[in-house]
Amino acid sequence: MNYLIGAFKPACNISITFADGKNRKQISIEPVLGKKVEHNGVKIELLGQIEMYFDRGNFYDFTSLVRELDVPGEIYERKTYPFEFSTVEMPYETYNGVNVRLRYVLKVTVSRGYGGSVVEYQDFVVRNYTPPPSINNSIKMEVGIEDCLHIEFEYNKSKYHLKDVIIGKIYFLLVRIKIKNMDLEIRRRESTGSGANTHVETETLAKFELMDGAPVRGESIPIRLFLSPYELTPTHRNINNKFSVKYYLNLVLVDEEDRRYFKQQEITIYRLQENS
Amino acid sequence: MMVDGVEDEEKWLAAGIAGLQQNAFYMHRALDSNNLRDALKYSAQMLSELRTSKLSPQKYYQLYMRAFDELRKLEMFFKEETRRGCSIIDLYELVQHAGNILPRLYLLCTVGSVYIKSKEAPAKDVLKDLVEMCRGIQHPVRGLFLRSYLSQISRDKLPDIGSEYEGDADTVNDAMEFVLQNFTEMNKLWVRMQHQGPAREKDKREKERSELRDLVGKNLHVLSQIEGVDLDTYKETVLPRVLEQVVNCKDEIAQCYLMDCIIQVFPDEYHLQTLEILLGAFPQLQPSVDIKTVLSRLMERLSNYAASSTEVLPEFLQVEAFSKLNNAIGKVIEAQADMPILGAVTLYSSLLTFTLHVHPDRLDYADQVLGACVKKLSGEGKLEDNRATKQIVALLSAPLDKYNDIVTVLKLSNYPSVMEYVDSETNKVMAMVIIQSIMKNNTQISTADKVGALFELIKGLIRDLDGAAHDQVDEDDFKEEQNSVARLIQMLQNDDTEEMFKIICTVRKHILTGGPKRLPFTVPPLVFSSLKVLVRQLQGPEENPFGEEGSTTPKKVFQLLNQTIETLYGVPAPELALRLYLQCAEAANDSDLEPVAYEFFTQAYILYEEEISDSRAQVTAIHLIIGTLQRMHVFGVENRDTLTHKATGYSAKLLKKPDQCRAVYACSHLFWVDDQDNMKDGERVLLCLKRALRIANAAQQMSNATRGSTGSVTLFVEILNKYLYFFEKGNTQINAAAIQSLIELITAEMQSESNSPDPAADAFFASTLRYIQFQKQKGGAVGEKYEPIKV
Repeated sequence: MNYLIGAFKPACNISITFADGKNRKQISIEPVLGKKVEHNGVKIELLGQIEMYFDRGNFYDFTSLVRELDVPGEIYERKTYPFEFSTVEMPYETYNGVNVRLRYVLKVTVSRGYGGSVVEYQDFVVRNYTPPPSINNSIKMEVGIEDCLHIEFEYNKSKYHLKDVIIGKIYFLLVRIKIKNMDLEIRRRESTGSGANTHVETETLAKFELMDGAPVRGESIPIRLFLSPYELTPTHRNINNKFSVKYYLNLVLVDEEDRRYFKQQEITIYRLQENS
Repeated sequence: MMVDGVEDEEKWLAAGIAGLQQNAFYMHRALDSNNLRDALKYSAQMLSELRTSKLSPQKYYQLYMRAFDELRKLEMFFKEETRRGCSIIDLYELVQHAGNILPRLYLLCTVGSVYIKSKEAPAKDVLKDLVEMCRGIQHPVRGLFLRSYLSQISRDKLPDIGSEYEGDADTVNDAMEFVLQNFTEMNKLWVRMQHQGPAREKDKREKERSELRDLVGKNLHVLSQIEGVDLDTYKETVLPRVLEQVVNCKDEIAQCYLMDCIIQVFPDEYHLQTLEILLGAFPQLQPSVDIKTVLSRLMERLSNYAASSTEVLPEFLQVEAFSKLNNAIGKVIEAQADMPILGAVTLYSSLLTFTLHVHPDRLDYADQVLGACVKKLSGEGKLEDNRATKQIVALLSAPLDKYNDIVTVLKLSNYPSVMEYVDSETNKVMAMVIIQSIMKNNTQISTADKVGALFELIKGLIRDLDGAAHDQVDEDDFKEEQNSVARLIQMLQNDDTEEMFKIICTVRKHILTGGPKRLPFTVPPLVFSSLKVLVRQLQGPEENPFGEEGSTTPKKVFQLLNQTIETLYGVPAPELALRLYLQCAEAANDSDLEPVAYEFFTQAYILYEEEISDSRAQVTAIHLIIGTLQRMHVFGVENRDTLTHKATGYSAKLLKKPDQCRAVYACSHLFWVDDQDNMKDGERVLLCLKRALRIANAAQQMSNATRGSTGSVTLFVEILNKYLYFFEKGNTQINAAAIQSLIELITAEMQSESNSPDPAADAFFASTLRYIQFQKQKGGAVGEKYEPIKV
């Protein structure tokens, strides 16, 4: 281990710029004024990583591509290298969860024999758009506790895009308990790992009051929940066998003794191509 | 606990207001700096104060009003915001991000108001959305206030005809639908209040509900204000929908209030045209609903409507208002078997008033109502309920007030039957009302049948209805009542003698049932009424008033009279009977019926001898006898002698000397009737006067012996006056000398030592002397006559 690494300023500044976000990308390397930089080669890597927090920060590259930008030599002045990863597969969206992170990063390495290599990272976000699903059934269900509470609820779809609005209604078929209020919650369930090492983290992202007071038999309560105010992500299913992120609508009825009666239904969230 | 409760509530209200004001402050700051995000945040927080469950409706209202004021400012801000380029549609979405439903819906309604004004979407769509979304509040009080807010902000924005928000062809329907839906939901919430919370707080809850009722009723008012709701729409949609809600809610308070509301807010004309639908709802209401009040008010309104203009009357006929109302009442009474009799009677009373106003010419309608009432009453027996009897009185008085004519009322065959069902006390009250009506209107009741019917009606006054019921009759009231009957008897008139006689017989038949307490009041008017017949016959223009063709001969009348007066024996009221006998005797005298007159006198004498024992009464009686006898000219010498002899005899037998004296000198007139030459017996006159003098003298001496002073000379002066009277009338037995000596006697008496001074007597005497002087100075025949008397 070279103990000198970090003791000095890096020999050069590296900046990574995306000209148009598609293919014209370049890096430029600028040596510290008046000095030359000797190197054993310059390369750029595109990495797709999944990082599990509980796994001591280890991460796993599911994508890794390298472009050699320069043969060993010296850099005297600012030098710019265009580069392009033209047909990269980026199947997963960037995700920042509780226990897991999925990120894409560009890594530039100026290899040097001594004093360590100069490395520069640049994160970038990947969003994958999904066309509207061809089949999007409503969620309709009758649930209840015998002789106590029977309700029928309906959400207009099972798949919602991020700026969507949930429309629905709850119909009370039988009410024998004194209900105080009713909320609709949006819950995110993030599960990481597999097998015995599975970690599940559930967050309530939205708590939206639907009803105030005790309804009687025959009442029907409207639902209209705009998703845009909430920080949702698309649903992720079994990403590289590492993690999943699922969304649920949880209908909660609270009675006067603060007992909660709830029914959870999974919904799929997807990212709709904007302006499409 | 309760006291604490009230105090706590004050505290909670204060805390609520404080919280509201604080957030309102931040909201204002955000508004001032055009910070929409903060404005929404703080307004939502402010409105969160309305989420409380701790306040009673009244207190909650105070909180609500404050929030309401703040929301007006927010609405202004939203309006400006849209002017600044913020899309109203975005705003409409933005406010729905609020997590708590109550603030969210208040904000939504507020933005909705701006949305409608912007006309970027049809008013009907926005309203429909708002009214639907409000379903989220199922808490009664909070829901009622929220919906009342919705109703408030939408009132001027309904897509009514002629409104700037008018929509397509169906626009009125949209406006109506919106209000109806809001009404329905509010009513459901209101009714639900009744069933929530512990049973022991039922009273409190009902009180709270009544505080909130106007929030619900307001919707009906809004409906009535919609221009586009014409009669057809009202009939086809509004009324059936409202009634459906009213009936189905099965809640007593709501049904009672809302039915009344419907009646009050919609125009009379609509009610008239939809009577069937409206009335159809009544039998379906809860049994505990106070239908009578509501229906009565409907009928009252319709009555007033009918009274307002004669032009509307044909409408009533056209829709057969009466039969519909009648049917409806029948059904209601049938449907609500438990309805207290008061309710039924009130209903009939209102219906009667209605029909009297609307169909004054249809007596059969009125009779029908009474008949129905009788039918209902027949199952109940006598009425016990005080208020019910009051209603009966109102019911029975109505036709009287309307027709002002008992004769018309007597045509109502069921009228007496209704009277049957009231207690005797009420019967009396009613009878008084009837009599007063007759008096006031001077009604002529001219046939015996009607009179019979009338007396049957007022029998409460005529006789004791139920034996022992009269434990505490106020004496004054009783007199008042009987005097009224007496006046009534006097009012009965028919120029046809035959009929009049029949009337009298009828009356007699009735009053004889009255018992000793009533007879003294009722017999005299009957007697005089009968006597009037005789007088009229005498004065009548017919040549032969007692024509053979008529069966009503004076004799018959007198027979009847005799029998009538006899009834007073049992009372006993001898003095009254005596007077009446004398009256009859005089009438017989006028009719030239000597035996009859003699009979009456005989009766009077017998009474005097057998029944009148009180000395004072005797004095009065004897003077009456003398007075009457003096005027009799029908008697032959023999009869007359007998009677005068008796009268003089009675006079002399009076107890007190002065009374004797006065009676005796009064008797002198019996022998001197001015206009009848064959009855001028100067000698007997003088005898009487002398006898009177003797008695006066004796009285004087008696007084001297017992009290040590002679009494007053009044008696002497009185006798002197009698002397002067007969002297002037030309009784030759009375001469100047006698008068002279009497004057001297009096003067001497007055000067005697034992005489106690009596200024009245002195003055009397002085006046008498002055009269003599005056006559002397007159000169001529009179002066000459008086000449010899020296004063």
